[in-house]
Amino acid sequence: MSSTTTNSAFWAGVRDGAPFMLVAGPFALLFGVLATEAGLNLFEVMSFSFVVIAGAAQFTALQLMQDEAPTIIVLISALAVNLRVAMYSAALTPYLGKAPLWQRAFAAYLLVDQSYALSHSKFEAEPEMSIPSRVVYYFGTCSLVMMTWFACSYLGAALGTTLPPGIPLDFALPIAFLSMVAPMMRTMAHLVAAAVAIVVSLVAVSIPYSLGLIVAGMAGMLAGAQTELWLRSKGQW
Amino acid sequence: MVDKTTLWIVIFGLGAGSFLLRFSFLGLVGDRPLPDWLLRHLRYTAVAILPALVAPLVVYSGENGVTDPTRVTAAVATVVAGIWTKSVFAAIGTGALTLAIALQFAG
Repeated sequence: MSSTTTNSAFWAGVRDGAPFMLVAGPFALLFGVLATEAGLNLFEVMSFSFVVIAGAAQFTALQLMQDEAPTIIVLISALAVNLRVAMYSAALTPYLGKAPLWQRAFAAYLLVDQSYALSHSKFEAEPEMSIPSRVVYYFGTCSLVMMTWFACSYLGAALGTTLPPGIPLDFALPIAFLSMVAPMMRTMAHLVAAAVAIVVSLVAVSIPYSLGLIVAGMAGMLAGAQTELWLRSKGQW
Repeated sequence: MVDKTTLWIVIFGLGAGSFLLRFSFLGLVGDRPLPDWLLRHLRYTAVAILPALVAPLVVYSGENGVTDPTRVTAAVATVVAGIWTKSVFAAIGTGALTLAIALQFAG
């Protein structure tokens, strides 16, 4: 493996990842603003974004902490939102599983929707890629997205306290979540899962310790899985 | 206001938990396959948990937990735009715009 080829794999990753700066940027900005509004200082906001790197999970944790939910519920709910990264990890393992452990550990830290989606489709399309090329391509896809993520978290935190009052920020979070989840409604099973989760969450809102969220989430997952089985049995999957 | 001790427990707990989720297969499990029933449920975690988190915020969004029509309208517009266009941006833009217009009318 010549270094020119691995170099070009890195830059190919950077190029493919560049458009996703536009996705990561606004969410990081919004997180910085909302976290600052919730009383976090700049150092806390940056630590959060740096340690966790997961938009939806960070928003979930922020909302539940403001609702004064018990810490364990905050953690379970935010991790449940982030469970999909375990599936990404599984999907990339056939391609990166033979890389050195430290590289896999670093890759794991940077595993987000964008790095997974780009790398998986690239590795699938080009099975002849060497393992070092795959690794540098992967890190290439992460590079700009991660810089944007940290920079915009910082910018949002810096802006947070200077925003004029009267902007309905209380509703920025619901709109952000809904806009993340709506494009995920790819099949009938996804729609059923969401619908059941919504109904149960509204009924279960009085269950203490925010446990209603966990109950509603599990009900939705069961409903989605059952719908999928039912569609499979009818040959419509 | 968020309690500082809770905040740091959440930051590091969530960081460690997320890392374990991300590292799980790449680092530990290798490429042994997962049972189908587990994958089938995992597929629906995000589409179940996120709506369950948002639904009460939307429906009980007004003063003292009553329903605020402007916010419900904005939420519905966001979802419709998101499902229709499959674009996160189009959904956010539509939702924010609808909320701004609805708030103007609600005065």
